[in-house]
Amino acid sequence: MRSDFLSLRQVDKRFPVEDGELHVLDDISLNIRQGEFISIVGGSGCGKSTLLRLLVGLEQASGGSLQLDGAPIEGTDPERGIVFQDHRLYPWLTVEDNVLLALLNSPLSKAERLQRVHEHLRLVGLEAFARAWPAQLSGGMSQRVAIARGLVNRPKILLLDEPFGALDALTRAQLQEELARIWLAEGITTVLVTHDVDEAVFLGDRVVVMQPRPGKIGRIVEVDLPHPRHRDHPRLHELRSDILRDFARH
Amino acid sequence: MPAQHLKKRFDLRGWVVPLGLLALWWLATAAEWVDTRLVASPVAVAEAAWQAAISGELWQNLAASLQRNLTGFALGASLGLACGCLLGLSRLAERLVGPTFHTLKQIAPFAWIPLLSAWFGFGEAAKVAFISLAVFYPVALNSFEGIRATRRELYEVAQVLGLTSTQRLFKLLLPSAAPAIFAGLHLGLIYAWLTTLGAEYFFSAAPGIGNTMIDGREHFAMDQVIYGLVVVGCVGIVLNHLAGWIEKRALAWREPHHH
Ligand SMILES: Nc1ncnc2c1ncn2[C@@H]1O[C@H](COP(=O)(O)OP(=O)(O)O)[C@@H](O)[C@H]1O
Ligand SMILES: [Mg+2]
Repeated sequence: MRSDFLSLRQVDKRFPVEDGELHVLDDISLNIRQGEFISIVGGSGCGKSTLLRLLVGLEQASGGSLQLDGAPIEGTDPERGIVFQDHRLYPWLTVEDNVLLALLNSPLSKAERLQRVHEHLRLVGLEAFARAWPAQLSGGMSQRVAIARGLVNRPKILLLDEPFGALDALTRAQLQEELARIWLAEGITTVLVTHDVDEAVFLGDRVVVMQPRPGKIGRIVEVDLPHPRHRDHPRLHELRSDILRDFARH
Repeated sequence: MPAQHLKKRFDLRGWVVPLGLLALWWLATAAEWVDTRLVASPVAVAEAAWQAAISGELWQNLAASLQRNLTGFALGASLGLACGCLLGLSRLAERLVGPTFHTLKQIAPFAWIPLLSAWFGFGEAAKVAFISLAVFYPVALNSFEGIRATRRELYEVAQVLGLTSTQRLFKLLLPSAAPAIFAGLHLGLIYAWLTTLGAEYFFSAAPGIGNTMIDGREHFAMDQVIYGLVVVGCVGIVLNHLAGWIEKRALAWREPHHH
């Protein structure tokens, strides 16, 4: 497995604002292994979403380069899936059709597409809700559908932007477990952005700690524990305290 | 929830005022508190309506009005939808046509009558043009605004999933604009019926329910005027309910029952 499957080199991002420009990301360099789970943790406003938007192709870098599997990242592409904090389901489509949306331009036959959709709804435990409207789902269920939509096209990487940030603590913990299970089952390279240090260390193979203004990588913490993990493993607590100390210093 | 449903369905309190007014009307004419040449009694009105119904005159006039109404509506609504969508989808079209469009919409439909009659005469063509003009603006404006109000976040999803422009139109923009478009069509339907009657007043005489009322007034047959009025009201109510019913079904995703 290549160690620079997803590679960022000296990525820089500035937004033009009224009085000049806003420097949001500075010199971000990172290599991500194929199949790795990377957590990016940082306070709000430190450029986490912007980084994911660069990776998914909704924004363009002001400098540096981003490559996936040897090819430069230019614009959006179904080979890069994303789950946003707000689920962004289309309210006029049923759960099934929302997931099917990601397969509209796939070469699969109609029957194969439907089968793939149901496979993924089963993966997130929502097969029984295939014909429901998004307005009938809870926040946690909506986010599961968004995960199914992000995965159904078998992308090379899955990007998650604070996917559980708006959920209550119990639902959040449950969905974290599910995400770990799905990631193990699918073996997909995953980048999770979060401001929750617990979540970052529980899920990530490595945790990238970001510092704000402009956003840059503070340090990268290896989480040397095999999956599946136990939430109250003492090593996770150690790492968490270590990372939190880092934030306190800045 | 079911109890509320029942209450809504069987709540007859809304009938109290109309029935009271009907009784008052009957009493006023029966006791001759009013001049029955100016206010026909309910019985006389029902009689006139019955006569018109069995002679077929009522149906002929109603059919003529409805045909005019629906032709004008269909024409105005399709042009309005096309124009509104074009303005909503293309910034260039909006720059070119937008200012003219926003200026012309200030002009009330009735102000167009002199121009319309110069172009289309006083016959059926002018009437239909007048009705479709009244329908055009609410439909065009609502479609335009509906499409423009599509949430940016949902547009990004279409980008990320790699939808083609046709797919974006049918899976995102039109469904997202649908509530606004339906509101425009609903308004258009109401305007169409108003202007159908207006057209029958302002352009040359031809079969129609508005015409029935004009004839009634000219012959001092108040029973005929009032039954015309009742028919106009009933058609308005039916059209309004029909629009609401279609809208509710088409937009079922907005207020689904919860699991
Ligand atoms: N399109 C944009 N134009 C201008 N400023 C932006 C834009 N997008 C994000 N920003 C700014 O960049 C900074 C980082 O934002 P963001 O990436 O959303 O941070 P985070 O996700 O870590 O909270 C914020 O100060 C935000 O206001
Ligand atoms: Mg963010």
